[in-house]
Amino acid sequence: MIAVFKKELKNYFISPIGYIFVAVFTFFASMFFSGGILASRKADISLMFSDINIIYLFLAALLTMRLLSEEKNKKTDQLLLSSPVSITGIVVGKYLAAMAVFGVTMLISLVYPWIMFKYGEPALSEVIGSYIGFILLWGAFISVGIFISSLTESQVISGVFTFASLLLIYFISWFEVSIENTLIREIIGWLSLLGRYGEFQAGILNIENVIYYLSFIFVFLFLTVRVIDRRRYS
Amino acid sequence: MHMSEKNNVVEIKNLTKFYGNNKALDNISFGVENGEIMGFLGPNGAGKSTTMNIICGCVSPSSGNVTVGGFDILENPKEVKKRIGYLPEIPPLYLDMTVNEYLNFVYDLKKVPFDREEHLQSVMERVQIYDKKNRLIKNLSKGYKQRVGLAQALVGDPEVLILDEPTVGLDPRQIIEIRNVIKTLGKNRTVILSTHILQEIEAVCDSATIIANGKIVANGTLDEICKSAGGKDEFIIGIIGDSQTAYNVLSSMPNVRRCDISKKEDNVTEFVVEQLSDADILASLTSEMAKNNLAIASLRSVNPTLEEVFIKLTNTDALPLNGGEVESDDSSI
Repeated sequence: MIAVFKKELKNYFISPIGYIFVAVFTFFASMFFSGGILASRKADISLMFSDINIIYLFLAALLTMRLLSEEKNKKTDQLLLSSPVSITGIVVGKYLAAMAVFGVTMLISLVYPWIMFKYGEPALSEVIGSYIGFILLWGAFISVGIFISSLTESQVISGVFTFASLLLIYFISWFEVSIENTLIREIIGWLSLLGRYGEFQAGILNIENVIYYLSFIFVFLFLTVRVIDRRRYS
Repeated sequence: MHMSEKNNVVEIKNLTKFYGNNKALDNISFGVENGEIMGFLGPNGAGKSTTMNIICGCVSPSSGNVTVGGFDILENPKEVKKRIGYLPEIPPLYLDMTVNEYLNFVYDLKKVPFDREEHLQSVMERVQIYDKKNRLIKNLSKGYKQRVGLAQALVGDPEVLILDEPTVGLDPRQIIEIRNVIKTLGKNRTVILSTHILQEIEAVCDSATIIANGKIVANGTLDEICKSAGGKDEFIIGIIGDSQTAYNVLSSMPNVRRCDISKKEDNVTEFVVEQLSDADILASLTSEMAKNNLAIASLRSVNPTLEEVFIKLTNTDALPLNGGEVESDDSSI
């Protein structure tokens, strides 16, 4: 698992993807920070994390689109599968590598709360809550992305479908209210990642929400392992 | 392990594989002895790669089992994979890495217990890529890429090497070089080598298994395979001198089962001589002829070559189709 993690992380920064991701992410975060927080003089970090979600969806797709699809396409998965590593080890290693690249941008973004604390008085609980919530939200995005990249050999298809799926998850709460059937509404509500994100931004650390995100991630990683394992039998 | 009479490292029993409704492997069984280089021979699409992928754990069988060093691939995949070095048909290379980075990754992936620097250097030296270790893999020629693939299989010094068509696409000199490397490697480990090139088997392997349409059609040492397919111990002997005398001498020799005149040309008469199995008439042939003032002009064995055996054993519907393709190629030009 560690070998796969190291290789993937290195790969992000051998190829342009890692740099593009960090650069675009930081660029837009800075833009929303100066436009939304500095200009309005509101020491509210949630403005920065919430406004740019659609761009983040695109970036999440960029980050995960080649993770498993390229291995299959270039037949390098045969090296991984014939090595003494479990499929779970492979999937988790890759997942953590993508999370680590995201983590780099999170570290860079710490400069904004630093500025805010220096020149204003933001609520510490809101800042910490926003960060925890944002990291969990991204954990879920990336787990969806890695799952979709296990379904196809094409990076493009993987990227487009990841973006489309995340977009659907993003907008799903709009449909939620208009559905009469309680069961379907509950199911859709479960898929709505953003529904639970608001509480984090308000600085409320609800353990139920944390478990919700972690189980969402677990389910998609589990499905990814099953897809790869299943393909050996097809 | 206790069941195998011979010292088989790799044991394949009743292996069947379906892809959808298509039966790629049909109940195949064979074993590979410790320390031998076994050629796995078959036309394209016969099931060679599928079998190799199953041994290495990349594909799961529909039924049947595979053991390597006594461990079952389904029950104990990690133990099996530790003992195997696999070079798939398309070498699994990360083109963006340098040779050194790539082999370091494989070293980590396989959790090799030896000293990193020393071990990787010895692996690179064995396939002669040490001087290329800082090159990006994508910039290497096909022959060198193949060697990097081979180096990858050697990392961790596995007891069994599985090489899927290792010489495909190489130029003649590279082919000879890779074959020599494989021969050297085979001196202290077990190698399974798939190919559809017959000379490769003859040049490199101790034994061969021939597969066609998902079934094993022959298995054994090269001699055994050739004999079992032709199996008659015949010679064609050309003799200079009186044909009648020659006939009398030949047919009266001990161990000769049958002797016929096949053709007469000028003063050379050709005989087809069949000896009793396991006899050796050639030992006394020269002296018998000399005694009777006859000279041997030519002598050849009628035992089929591996090539003929291969064509005979794998000849289903693949061959005429192949001929048809060639024709259409011609007309299109």
